[in-house]
Amino acid sequence: MEYRLEAIRPRDRARHPPACFPDYKTSVYRSPRLPLVSLTATKSELTGPVFGHDAIRPTDNDLLVNGRVDGDPIGPRIVLFGFVLDQDARPVPNVLVEIWQANAAGRYRHVNDSYLAPLDPNFWGVGRTLTGADGSYRFRTVRPGPYPWRNRVNDWRPSHIHVSLWGAGLVQRLITQVYFEGDPLLPYCPIYNSIPDPKARARLVAKLDMEQSQPHDTLAWRIDFVLRGPRQTFFENRPEGA
Amino acid sequence: MLEETPSQTAGPYVHIGLMPGVIGIPFEPGRTWHRLAREGARGERIRIEGVVYDGTGTPVRDAVLELWQPDAAGLFPGRDPGADPAFAGFGRAAADFESGLFVFETVKPGRVRMADGRLQAPHCSLLVFARGINIHLHTRIYFDDEAAANAEDPVLALVEQESRRRTLLARRGLRDGAVVYRFDVYLQGPNETVFFDA
Ligand SMILES: [Fe+3]
Repeated sequence: MEYRLEAIRPRDRARHPPACFPDYKTSVYRSPRLPLVSLTATKSELTGPVFGHDAIRPTDNDLLVNGRVDGDPIGPRIVLFGFVLDQDARPVPNVLVEIWQANAAGRYRHVNDSYLAPLDPNFWGVGRTLTGADGSYRFRTVRPGPYPWRNRVNDWRPSHIHVSLWGAGLVQRLITQVYFEGDPLLPYCPIYNSIPDPKARARLVAKLDMEQSQPHDTLAWRIDFVLRGPRQTFFENRPEGA
Repeated sequence: MLEETPSQTAGPYVHIGLMPGVIGIPFEPGRTWHRLAREGARGERIRIEGVVYDGTGTPVRDAVLELWQPDAAGLFPGRDPGADPAFAGFGRAAADFESGLFVFETVKPGRVRMADGRLQAPHCSLLVFARGINIHLHTRIYFDDEAAANAEDPVLALVEQESRRRTLLARRGLRDGAVVYRFDVYLQGPNETVFFDA
């Protein structure tokens, strides 16, 4: 099945965090001050890279395995799974889903992370997959730990997994973060709170799914993603005079 | 109708997910995300480089950028029949952790027609991700040696102020015989880059 964008609905910017959110200090000097210039999407924005299954290896979505040196990573074993849909609730196939995260102690495998929590020698914290024909995706990993960050004096990030989605075109591009239901740090997080509408915020909170959990192995957390559009183009699709 | 999932900042550790090689994670050995054109790609080989600056004039050293463009004939890989098989159309670049410089190795894109038939000037789409950027920024790279095409480009014409259009022009130069375009991105300030809502 081919999924193409011929036109796109306008992005509802009120759903997203404003560029400048002063409680998240860095955003103050990294946000444009002038209005965005509105552009009716052209082919440059309605197309995007096509990633083939040949670019994905079987263990790329298994973070319990892909960074393994001599043992399993430390921490609660989980599955993160769900579906990628468009605004008409149609599955979006072949979406490149890339994730990155801290280890169970809250430390990233990154030169710029100086938190004193330990690295895990068997964990990289990177994974990727392509959605299936039904829009489904699935990762195995460990639940990431919370970590402190330099913002206000005592800011901590709730447990979260960063998620990047490349859909059928540039206009569907989305990077976001997934949180875990019941995390007591959520109400304190200025990044989570940068999304103005509490109902929109809650859409980033994965739900525990006991049905999908594997007894004696992994707990399963479900989160679905919705990408933009498309706009119906029944008439626009027809060549003039047809 | 469903609502789009909200965006969140890519954060300071975005490299782990999008370009693990640049921080030494051997997740995808041999992958060179910043090189769009393989051996034998058609068209003029160019290098696009620049720095993203924040509102204080400081380089954004943790930025990651994505580039999407057609091939030298104006055809998009994966969409248009006959698109150059040696050209990916898509690339990623990480700002250098010291200098903030990002680099893409690509070919000069061809012109693409709008749905209404008007021709666009050669351009690349550029997305900017970084800590402190809550929803990625979208701009376009045009070329300063394409004055005639730029003058009739329908998207450049959407930018009301002439002076702001210049923020979208990459400056052509030569270094060691190679064509290098300079394209700096200003997140704020008197030279703030034009960003689009497409
Ligand atoms: Fe994080």
